[in-house]
Amino acid sequence: MKAKVYVTLKKSIADPQGNAIGKALNKIGYDNVEDVRIGKLIETELGEVTKETAEKQLKEMCEKLLANTVIEQYSFEVLG
Amino acid sequence: MKFGIVVFPGSNCDIDCYHALRDSLNQDVDYIWHDTEGLKEYDCIILPGGFSYGDYLRCGAVAPFSKVMDEIRVHAEKGKLLVGICNGFQILTEMGLLPGALVRNKNLKFICNTVPLKVENIDTPFTNRCDLGQVINIPIAHGEGNYVVEKDELAKMKENRQILFTYQENPNGSVLDIAGICNEGKNVLGMMPHPERACEELLGNREGRLVFESIISFLEGGWKSE
Repeated sequence: MKAKVYVTLKKSIADPQGNAIGKALNKIGYDNVEDVRIGKLIETELGEVTKETAEKQLKEMCEKLLANTVIEQYSFEVLG
Repeated sequence: MKFGIVVFPGSNCDIDCYHALRDSLNQDVDYIWHDTEGLKEYDCIILPGGFSYGDYLRCGAVAPFSKVMDEIRVHAEKGKLLVGICNGFQILTEMGLLPGALVRNKNLKFICNTVPLKVENIDTPFTNRCDLGQVINIPIAHGEGNYVVEKDELAKMKENRQILFTYQENPNGSVLDIAGICNEGKNVLGMMPHPERACEELLGNREGRLVFESIISFLEGGWKSE
């Protein structure tokens, strides 16, 4: 079972990296870009587990380690 | 009186702390390997600066799962002193022993400098040898020292006087210029600046001694909370 976990900074947390990239995109001609947020994509191979187990585990993993919920939000998708 | 310094893979200020405590301040001090089981009794444990576990994922994110850390948590929950300096501060927030989190410096740069800090509360085991409002110059060296915390939590921290050190000139974007805080119980300190790098004349600065001398004074019973 493969899964992808996405971790991003909460909206309330300033993202200076995102701002710098946004400005760079503006500079190279994409004037319409208003906001850029940088996050992490974590790809996992979970072995042979059911989708339910995978989802339960991924939620735990995010809460315990993959995201710091003080500053970050997470989502994941189980790819089967 | 015994100090312990936890060594994680990637710690790099452990030797500085050891030197400052043993050679500059004449204290009994041990290194504690992160894999230790059966932690001995210590009066004060220090989580040193560096890049524990390569700072992979987030700064200080992996260290809380080191074997010794369950016992370190118990040590803190008993009310004993626990100090996190720089990466150690990041670890303490990741463990939830201190509120908030440390994110990338506002200017995206790693900053290595000596900066003036204002002492905001002297009624703690970590600052009792300072004067209120005293300005001390302490080195900083970090890329992720920008302290963030939820508004409600910040209000609580202010009310409990948990903000111990603030920057005179904010280098990293920290909310309220915060450089160092303690927990509600006032036995856990986290600070981004490095007092251990400023403990002897030969290094050009002795002002960091105030933090350790405060701890020693507290442990010797020379200071009691009001």
